Amino acid sequence: MNPNPQHQPARQLRRTHPYLLNIGVLIFAFLFSVAVGSVYIPPKSVFHVLFQPILGNDPNTVPFYSTILFTVRLPHTILVCLTGAALAGSGAAYQGLFRNPLADPYLIGVASGAGLGAVVGLAIHWPATVLGWMSVPVAAFVGAVITVLLVYNLASVNHSVPTTTLILAGVAVSSFATSLTSFIMLRSKDELHRALAWLLGGSTMSGWSPVWASFPYILIGLVVLWLLSHTLNVLQFGEEQAQQLGIPVERAKLAIILAASLTTAAAVSFSGLIGFIGLIVPHAIRMIWGSDYKHIIPLSILGGGSALLLADILARVVLAPQVLPLGIITAMAGAPFFLWLLRRAKNQLYW
Amino acid sequence: METMLKVEEVSFSYNGKLILRDIHLKVHAGEVLAVVGPNGAGKTTLIRTISGVLSPQKGLIQVAGINLARLNPTQRARYLAVVPQARELPSTFTVFQTVMLGRTPYLGWLGNASAKDEQIVWRVLRSTQLEELAERRIGELSGGEQQRVLLARALAQSTPLLLLDEPTAHLDLQHQSHLLNLVRQTADECGLAVLLAIHDLNLVGLYADRVLLLVDGAVQSVGTPSEVLTKTNIERAYQVSVEVITHPKYGTPLIIPDDNGQASKDWSIPAAVENLTSTQEDHFAEAMFSSQRVFLAKNYSPLYSDERFGVKGKRG
Repeated sequence: MNPNPQHQPARQLRRTHPYLLNIGVLIFAFLFSVAVGSVYIPPKSVFHVLFQPILGNDPNTVPFYSTILFTVRLPHTILVCLTGAALAGSGAAYQGLFRNPLADPYLIGVASGAGLGAVVGLAIHWPATVLGWMSVPVAAFVGAVITVLLVYNLASVNHSVPTTTLILAGVAVSSFATSLTSFIMLRSKDELHRALAWLLGGSTMSGWSPVWASFPYILIGLVVLWLLSHTLNVLQFGEEQAQQLGIPVERAKLAIILAASLTTAAAVSFSGLIGFIGLIVPHAIRMIWGSDYKHIIPLSILGGGSALLLADILARVVLAPQVLPLGIITAMAGAPFFLWLLRRAKNQLYW
Repeated sequence: METMLKVEEVSFSYNGKLILRDIHLKVHAGEVLAVVGPNGAGKTTLIRTISGVLSPQKGLIQVAGINLARLNPTQRARYLAVVPQARELPSTFTVFQTVMLGRTPYLGWLGNASAKDEQIVWRVLRSTQLEELAERRIGELSGGEQQRVLLARALAQSTPLLLLDEPTAHLDLQHQSHLLNLVRQTADECGLAVLLAIHDLNLVGLYADRVLLLVDGAVQSVGTPSEVLTKTNIERAYQVSVEVITHPKYGTPLIIPDDNGQASKDWSIPAAVENLTSTQEDHFAEAMFSSQRVFLAKNYSPLYSDERFGVKGKRG
């Protein structure tokens, strides 16, 4: 069947090893994030607390470690991890859908639209329960979908979306949404505090509620995107060829837009506006492991989780006890890393 | 002979302009039908209509007896495959990955290929002589090789009908004949019905069984190459005078442009250039420095009239 059977094991390794590596980095970042903070919890104790039912009580573990872990560190870490995975996964999908390397949730205005939706959602007095919190991502989702459809229609020329019009339409719609957001926040009184806190990065929202409220949306969105990865591959040859190869293009495009916007919206609703992750993580994955979306989507999800966790650790450590907004760190650490990768990949085709 | 493609009374209009009018055509299994005609005659529109990208306002399109209008895109892709022109391809896909996309209409939910799919892809790669290039990226290939990859992708779709949209338009002589030989060979060996839109009239006689001449969206003439590619038909369709001679080896029609009698013109150096003074000659030599300009001066002497270049012949 394969004329080069000796290449088979090598190819197999190349297929599995990026997953092992990315899962390894994610576990490391996760444990590190749980351990670091105003009180340092040694990794060994983290293990003991997490696996207490299996390992039994450890005499060296301080009792209040468990309280810190379960009420503060774990929910925060999981939320950051989910957010990074959502932003990178949807960023990869947007880049594939628009066949445009610059597409990311922020540049094309989806995040600003989700932000507007979220602020509108926050302006309504929902009870502060999980169900109340869950209405925020729904409002953000509606905002995100309206924005992406608007940008897509404004930017498309003869059934394709050129970079120039995409960015211009994205920037215009994005600033319009941002200005509306500011307007609503200025007009409101009581809700202002909640909305402002959210815009600053959602750090005031703690506990498990935001995790439970965003997890279902992010999970559904990312699973749908992963299922659509073959479609994304075929779409790289253009919509006409995709249809001739048997893809119901209009339905597939709508499904990708809805799934990517759902994940973006859920991430933005509880973590505020964090740029750059959706752009650099998928590109880094592409540069290192090639352009097959069957790998780009899951690897971006894993990589996005670890990248945002590492950025969050930096945000908490650099000026401790002060916590920096995550967006600053992602741009400050992400941009040089991205430029280094870009320079390294200069002589090879990667997009 | 089994009719694979039947097009009946198909009309398509866009923005109120009729682009295809009452098209009738048939392609049998194992037959290559070439569609020729001037730019804008509707060749590409015909292919896009048959492939289902455009839906005709009127008419019937059947492949192997099945009405295409009743099929969804996935089902349709099992009946017909399209070879587009190799332009703006995603450069990072490998040849193998690209050809594997031809199996899309047969893949399940996750798009995972079975052993059978891989087997078919390797067989197609072998028959199109792409086996050696399987792991190369398309961006690294020549235009001719890229076009062959797209042919292989269409063959991997395992359809009874193949549509090609000017596949040789940007290829050199070697790649043109290589590609069309492959198409001819597959039609002969596998009984594939082929509809080939093509510009080069001289290739038509060599590779097609029948020719359809499309002018202003309507079928002007259809038949064997020597029936259709006549001096009258071509001069009427393309509004240009031609001479038709026969291929010395195969007896197929060869079309040579006559360029409205321009060809018989005297190409000798015009008098105004011949009779220059020595200073004028220097100026002229400077002006004519590039070979392109020499060519222009020779062929279009009116452009080099005295006023334009400020040079005057001795007579002036």
